Amino acid sequence: MQAARIAPSLGRQLLRLGGGSSRPTALLGQPRPGPARRPYAGGAAQESKSFAVAMFKGQLTTDQVFPYPSVLNQEQTEFLKELVEPVSRFFEEVNDPAKNDTLEMVEETTLQGLKELGAFGLQVPSELGGVGLCNTQYARLVEIVGMHDLAVGITLGAHQSIGFKGILLFGTKAQKEKYLPKLASGETLAAFCLTEPSSGSDAASIRTSAVPSPCGKYYTLNGSKLWISNGGLADIFTVFAKTPVTDPATGAVKEKITAFVVERGFGGVTHGPPEKKMGIKASNTAEVFFDGVRVPSENVLGEVGSGFKVAMHILNNGRFGMAAALAGTMRGIITKAVDYATNRIQFGEKIHNFGLIQEKLARMVMLQYVTESMAYMVSANMDQGSTDFQIEAAISKIFGSEAAWKVTDECIQIMGGMGFMKEPGVERVLRDLRIFRIFEGTNDILRLFVALQGCMDKGKELSGLGSALKNPFGNAGLLLGEAGKQLRRRAGLGSGLSLSGIVHPELSRSGELAVQALEQFATVVEAKLIKHKKGIVNEQFLLQRLADGAIDLYAMVVVLSRASRSLSEGHHTAQHEKMLCDTWCIEAAARIREGMAALQSDPRQHELYRNFKSISKALVERGGVVTSNPLGF
Amino acid sequence: MAELRALVAVKRVIDYAVKIRVKPDKTGVVTDGVKHSMNPFCEIAVEEAVRLKEKKLVKEVIAVSCGPAQCQETIRTALAMGADRGIHVEVPPAEAERLGPLQVAQVLAKLAEKEKVDLVLLGKQAIDDDCNQTGQMTAGFLDWPQGTFASQVTLEGDKLKVEREIDGGLETLRLKLPAVVTTDLRLNEPRYATLPNIMKAKKKKIEVIKPGDLGVDLTSKLSVISVEDPPQRTAGVKVETTEDLVAKLKEIGRI
Repeated sequence: MQAARIAPSLGRQLLRLGGGSSRPTALLGQPRPGPARRPYAGGAAQESKSFAVAMFKGQLTTDQVFPYPSVLNQEQTEFLKELVEPVSRFFEEVNDPAKNDTLEMVEETTLQGLKELGAFGLQVPSELGGVGLCNTQYARLVEIVGMHDLAVGITLGAHQSIGFKGILLFGTKAQKEKYLPKLASGETLAAFCLTEPSSGSDAASIRTSAVPSPCGKYYTLNGSKLWISNGGLADIFTVFAKTPVTDPATGAVKEKITAFVVERGFGGVTHGPPEKKMGIKASNTAEVFFDGVRVPSENVLGEVGSGFKVAMHILNNGRFGMAAALAGTMRGIITKAVDYATNRIQFGEKIHNFGLIQEKLARMVMLQYVTESMAYMVSANMDQGSTDFQIEAAISKIFGSEAAWKVTDECIQIMGGMGFMKEPGVERVLRDLRIFRIFEGTNDILRLFVALQGCMDKGKELSGLGSALKNPFGNAGLLLGEAGKQLRRRAGLGSGLSLSGIVHPELSRSGELAVQALEQFATVVEAKLIKHKKGIVNEQFLLQRLADGAIDLYAMVVVLSRASRSLSEGHHTAQHEKMLCDTWCIEAAARIREGMAALQSDPRQHELYRNFKSISKALVERGGVVTSNPLGF
Repeated sequence: MAELRALVAVKRVIDYAVKIRVKPDKTGVVTDGVKHSMNPFCEIAVEEAVRLKEKKLVKEVIAVSCGPAQCQETIRTALAMGADRGIHVEVPPAEAERLGPLQVAQVLAKLAEKEKVDLVLLGKQAIDDDCNQTGQMTAGFLDWPQGTFASQVTLEGDKLKVEREIDGGLETLRLKLPAVVTTDLRLNEPRYATLPNIMKAKKKKIEVIKPGDLGVDLTSKLSVISVEDPPQRTAGVKVETTEDLVAKLKEIGRI
């Protein structure tokens, strides 16, 4: 057993990430689910409509992915079109990203202009002073911001996408009416305070404490938060702290996280100087200190003790915005790359005539197309009311942040020395992009989450089967159905799944590739779960590879869906999109096939994992590179 | 203070940043799927009207546009900038292509009388046809004084002081109201429509009428024969001396 002795709490925590948000809760004003869910016992359990959840089980649940969703009605579409113009003009004519970067702050006139523009309350209901946009409309505007200035994007996003999103999602009527109007106008700014010096990815280990007063009227908040965006500017903070919670049944007191709305005006709130960063320099990042801050009990956000769930919900809810912004960033960068390639002459030709450049440009636009398709699909699913989109949202964040980095890096490569210079502005974008793979859930943690959350339902199914095996007569139907499916899949005969009739006929070959990839993927998931059972939580080498497969698979389906719609609707770019889709699917299917084959049957996989572990151990013991250079000194 | 009412005419044109392409049949330029926006000089006119309203010198600003259904987008932009209500004089797309300054001026004149406005504001010219005629013709039809190419407008009681940019410099006129003013570049810098204002504009009314309702006949006596790209610039020729230059110029018949 090669399970690394990482704190089992990591695995548990990752599973809690899912457990909290996959079930609709009363907090969100949604009905509670029916009787306790026992896998397949009676079939009354609420089946998830998420494509990602289903693909881990080898099923094709197309409700949320086919056809490519269109959620805006005519009024919403017309309204959105009217908004695009002024926002674009503002960013083209007023905002100066280079200046913001040099000053390491957003220019005052620009900030004021953004407030007047209404950019600080895009998703606040109009009755409370906001623009009242749905997620899809928000995605479109955030795309514009991402195209022009990511630092401003973070200032806006830290404020509304996470800073006060908790109030929108979990706030009481009183809290909403008290805080949202000034937040929407930008009169007060908000910040999301979770991270601490000793708690980053391990969010459950935060130490900031909120001790209830004996009279019950307030909590006393003590602690410090690190790297808080808008920390130096905000007046309203969503703060996560440990509070003592008494179990009503056992009387035991546990420390659980609670979310609070904290006003700077409560006293005791201070902040440090702005951090010097690699990128998004204009965005303010600071330490925030809470010293004996008295927070009224009415300012608890959600329920006492449910803070972890609140935090994960907030982050989950805002993720599509990141993918949308990054799709915009890539669109702008690709324009610059194409502009350069069509004008630069070397060796007597425009360089866009050279194969190396052509491949770069093609790969860049495929990454942009996938990211954009994911962003708008997730936002549409959210607008359609689906509550089970967390895996897809996480995938879109991982994919978008890595795609944007690759695209911008490649743009610099195409531009050669020019790309490295400050003036064209591409190097600034690259520096701005680096943080996107780190914050709001590092891509590494999110990969583990995608794999584990995806496996969770499948794991339950398998344990259901396990208990069915103990009582074969009572569960014959279950066994027949499942056993048949598993047998067919393991024999490589395919599970009878097909996308024909769902994808456009011109994409049928790519559709088949996707289905085959899904079957290969699910077969490996099942095999590994049977082998490791709950221990899979510690198999990070495996989980990472499963996540990569899941990401590629979701990406294939998303572009199949979008390209199908374009073909069906006769868009003038439909043939180009078909090419993008087919090209992507060919390579993604190959990656999945090879990846899953390696996981399934390559005897050297275990040797690889053992070696990674040993090499790492040696480095740790040595404190660095173990070998000296070839000279020996 | 004043009970003045202003009518601002706005035109929907191809956006200034778009690269214009001539249609293969040479009947016009490609407009399908091309980005359109409010004529920049019309934006300046709307801005001036709204500023007068903010200074409480004008009570109501009415935005008007003549053309097909999409004109309403342009009127909405004017409403988002601060106009109070809009009038869309609806003209079907085929006829709209033949709308020229003479027809629009007739419409504006009739509307100015119908709505009993004291001031008609327009951009000095549209960036698509560059006619620079509509304002002048409107004043002619109404028999009102006109201040064109305005770079500054000041209300003085029942008179309007207009500073005009002309070739020789600046000319200042005093006009008796009611009057027609066309705006030039340096009059003001138009505000950005903010998202809350766009939302508020949704509630403002746009009245849709037909030119016939105003008793205007839109027939045009002009027809477009062909629209062509300007000729490609040919390379120049370098000469060594002034004598060579004169000789060359004589050779190609320029002098």
